[in-house]
Amino acid sequence: MSTPLEREIAAVFREESGRATAALTRIFGDLDLAEEAVQEAFIVALRRWPVDGMPRVPGAWITTTARRKAIDRLRREQTFARKAHLLALDSVSAPDEEGDIDIPDDRLALLFTCCHPALPAEGQIALTLRAVGGLTTREIARAFVVPEATMAQRLTRAKAKIRRAGVPFRVPPPELLESRLQQVLRVLYLIFNEGYTGSVGTELLRDDLSREAIRLAEVLVALLPDEPEARGLLALMLLHDSRRGARVTTTGDLVPLDDQDRSLWDHDEIERGRAEIDRAITGDRVGQYQLQAAIALVHASAIMAADTDWVHIAWLYGRLSEVQPTPVVELNRAVALAMAEGPERGLLVIDRLCDDGRLDRYHLLHSARADLLRRAGRRVESAEEYRIAIGLTENERERAFLLRRLVEVTTSGS
Amino acid sequence: MQYALLIYSEPTAEPLSDEATAAYMKAYQQFTEEVIAAGVMQGGEALEEVSTATTVRVRDDDVITSDGPFAETKEVLGGFYLLDCADLDEVLGWAAKIPTAKHGSVEVRPVWSVPEEYSTES
Repeated sequence: MSTPLEREIAAVFREESGRATAALTRIFGDLDLAEEAVQEAFIVALRRWPVDGMPRVPGAWITTTARRKAIDRLRREQTFARKAHLLALDSVSAPDEEGDIDIPDDRLALLFTCCHPALPAEGQIALTLRAVGGLTTREIARAFVVPEATMAQRLTRAKAKIRRAGVPFRVPPPELLESRLQQVLRVLYLIFNEGYTGSVGTELLRDDLSREAIRLAEVLVALLPDEPEARGLLALMLLHDSRRGARVTTTGDLVPLDDQDRSLWDHDEIERGRAEIDRAITGDRVGQYQLQAAIALVHASAIMAADTDWVHIAWLYGRLSEVQPTPVVELNRAVALAMAEGPERGLLVIDRLCDDGRLDRYHLLHSARADLLRRAGRRVESAEEYRIAIGLTENERERAFLLRRLVEVTTSGS
Repeated sequence: MQYALLIYSEPTAEPLSDEATAAYMKAYQQFTEEVIAAGVMQGGEALEEVSTATTVRVRDDDVITSDGPFAETKEVLGGFYLLDCADLDEVLGWAAKIPTAKHGSVEVRPVWSVPEEYSTES
């Protein structure tokens, strides 16, 4: 992209191409063909829009142009005869290029197809960003720090499986909807986390992924306005993203939540997150994303770290533990309980987790236990636990932090 | 679309009790009746136990015949169904109902439709 106009065209396509790809997939029953055709329409737009000006309804222009390209391609591939009935049917309802005809929004079906559990996980992520998000293969490859050819192959494999294994293009029927929606939410959250906490790649590109995940979650909420977990996920992303400016120092070190400069938080984003939670939690269908977002909102509502309502957070972790009974959630609940009611209360829960054994090799369990023992004044046990945590930590900065703590508990006299 | 549902499980170390065998056979009978009633059944067979298997490979024109299945896996192919379903979701729904899915696994594979240029039919 070089000129401002070209960048603008690319931005329009990123925004509009998901709808066009979905509409064409519906018409031709072929995601690969739909995607190629939209890409060809983009090339036409780069040539014509600077001359003819931006179409009045860019989305309709893209869909119409891409459809024409798809028909050309079918003719070239001589599959025309077999699909002729589709084209005939289609021409009846074809809008003229500048028409205001509503293109039915099939992006929801496209999203469910891209996130079908029969596809490899990496393929689901790549295809969602490509087909629904309108990102180019090159952009996705750069964000995931893999060669463009590798990403292209990932996309090709996923699309081939859709076609050859008969993955349906539709919003799943009621008996499948709940589990398939969970899969879509998981894919969007993975994309977000890849951008938010990813350990490779340059910051700028990673940020893009989080922004794309938020945009896709907004689309999902618009398409499924009554689905509280979709809103919960959007809220969770917004609330985490609001801390972006405060969570990393200028030298790239992560800043713990307690130590962040809260004036750097994006308060517009916090308010958007709060609004989404308010709309989601009116129902009785509370799920993991709504609860995690609610926890993030309690943190966001504290003007200073010391103002944090830990009683509320501990209660929310209790609810989360009911819908998502994992040891990691339980560990977080223990830490919140310690903040709310004192270290001994948190240790009760943590000691149960230690007996359970599933988190034996999880350094955060040991560093959390060490911290609570330290605060409870049980220094000998604390030092022992710090040593275990240090042995399990692979992150250099964390190890340095734990070593400092270990020195503190073993040397300070009183 | 036609799909093959390939049923894999670990061979049991000890033979099942008569009651367990009867219940298992009955569950399969029920499943088979269900797919026939739904109009998706195209075929299927149960296979003799894996110790009866012989694998054939041809390498450099040499026919290599060996005892047992090709891969050293714990789970072995025990039988298959051939179903005609609208899409993957429908066939996955059937696969989950196969009795062996509870302890073994069912691999769902689309049946390859031979491209016209290779087809022997006119």
